[in-house]
Amino acid sequence: MAYIAIFITYIFINNFILTQFLGLCPFIGVSKNSESAIGMGMAVTFVMGIASIITWLVYTLLLVPLQLEYLQTLSFILVIASLVQFVEMVIQKNSPALYQALGIFLPLITTNCAVLGIAVMNITEGYNLMESFAAGIAAGIGFTLVLVLMSNIRERMDLHPVRKSFKGVPIAFISGGLMALAFMAFDKSLLTNLLG
Amino acid sequence: MNILFAFLIIAALGLLLGMGLALAAKKFAVKKDEKAEKILDILPGANCGACGYPGCSGYASALSAGTAENGLCSPGGAKTTALVAKILGMADGGGTQERMVAFVHCRGNNELTKRDYQYEGIEECSAAYMLHQGDSTCKYGCLHLGSCMRVCPTNAIHRDGKGNVTVDPDACIGCRKCTLVCPTKVIRMIPARGSHAIGCNSRDKGAVVRKICQVGCIACKICEKKFPESGCTVIDNLSEIDYDKPMVQIADAAAACPTKCIVEAK
Repeated sequence: MAYIAIFITYIFINNFILTQFLGLCPFIGVSKNSESAIGMGMAVTFVMGIASIITWLVYTLLLVPLQLEYLQTLSFILVIASLVQFVEMVIQKNSPALYQALGIFLPLITTNCAVLGIAVMNITEGYNLMESFAAGIAAGIGFTLVLVLMSNIRERMDLHPVRKSFKGVPIAFISGGLMALAFMAFDKSLLTNLLG
Repeated sequence: MNILFAFLIIAALGLLLGMGLALAAKKFAVKKDEKAEKILDILPGANCGACGYPGCSGYASALSAGTAENGLCSPGGAKTTALVAKILGMADGGGTQERMVAFVHCRGNNELTKRDYQYEGIEECSAAYMLHQGDSTCKYGCLHLGSCMRVCPTNAIHRDGKGNVTVDPDACIGCRKCTLVCPTKVIRMIPARGSHAIGCNSRDKGAVVRKICQVGCIACKICEKKFPESGCTVIDNLSEIDYDKPMVQIADAAAACPTKCIVEAK
């Protein structure tokens, strides 16, 4: 039950892009066509899942015993950045096909705030290791969902006569704002209604 | 004391991760294809896809692996082909392909060609084509909505003063993107050396063309019969130029054409 609640929370209620406004850079930058949106979404989900585990371990096994909790942001950035680099190397070596699909997007998320966000959130919410992993995956799925929705909207918008001053990014920001309004409909009551 | 401890922990963490990455970089090093990288430097980098591979890097690795034929790069032309052949160690220049450019085989417009209806939809040829194959009564011609202008990587396609869409042969790199996006297939490739081209794409019978368009080919065969050295042949109600023939009388044929649909390609 707790895991279902985590998934619903991070996909809909606390959606990273539209509710917490984290990871806006790829939201605007990589949402021009749906293929690259899916690629980016998969890469972020993948990194968020692994980063959740590693940062949780670093925090619980290294920083807490030494009473250095205030170093969490600094050490998380260090860990995440090198983790992404490492994952990129492994994928390039072992699975060229996956590297072709994710390759361009992996370096982009090295210091993405959404990845750091989920790492910090896992600590403040007091999750255990498995819950952290679930939250990481769920946040990634929520990120992917919004990116795919946005890319489809933008693909359709390209076919329509948009005023010159609104063409491209401005109209994308306005659409993003409207989507955020729609996502505000999801709140804690969704959780209580679904799970009791 | 605490400060020192924090400093040591972060420094150790950084050192550890850095060393780990350095080791991993050695362990997971992927051999880069030097030949492919050299070829990639030579290719024009337009990523137009004319060669049939996904971008210049795709073509470069295929060339280096030996699975692709040299000389498929139309933007680069003979110069690139020769340079690539040098890297690949080929004796001859490889491709003997000549430069092809896109040509819009239609000179009709709103004044010269009849309309079936007034189109007021999305400014995209494919959208207009879905409605009875476009607003023009002639279903073979240019739809004038400029989808080709938007896909052209070098902005070689323009509208002239009369509203007709034309390709600038000097700016055209021969990537064929416009021929793919054009729903009526009125844009086709012609050799860049060709002085003339047929400004019509209609396969309708002469009597039908006469009724709906003032500048269409009416298949009168004057070009074919009176000027046998022009290279023109009327096939399926449309004159076609065979560019492999000498084409010595083509200018005379153009002057004699009753609807003036043999036009200069430059």
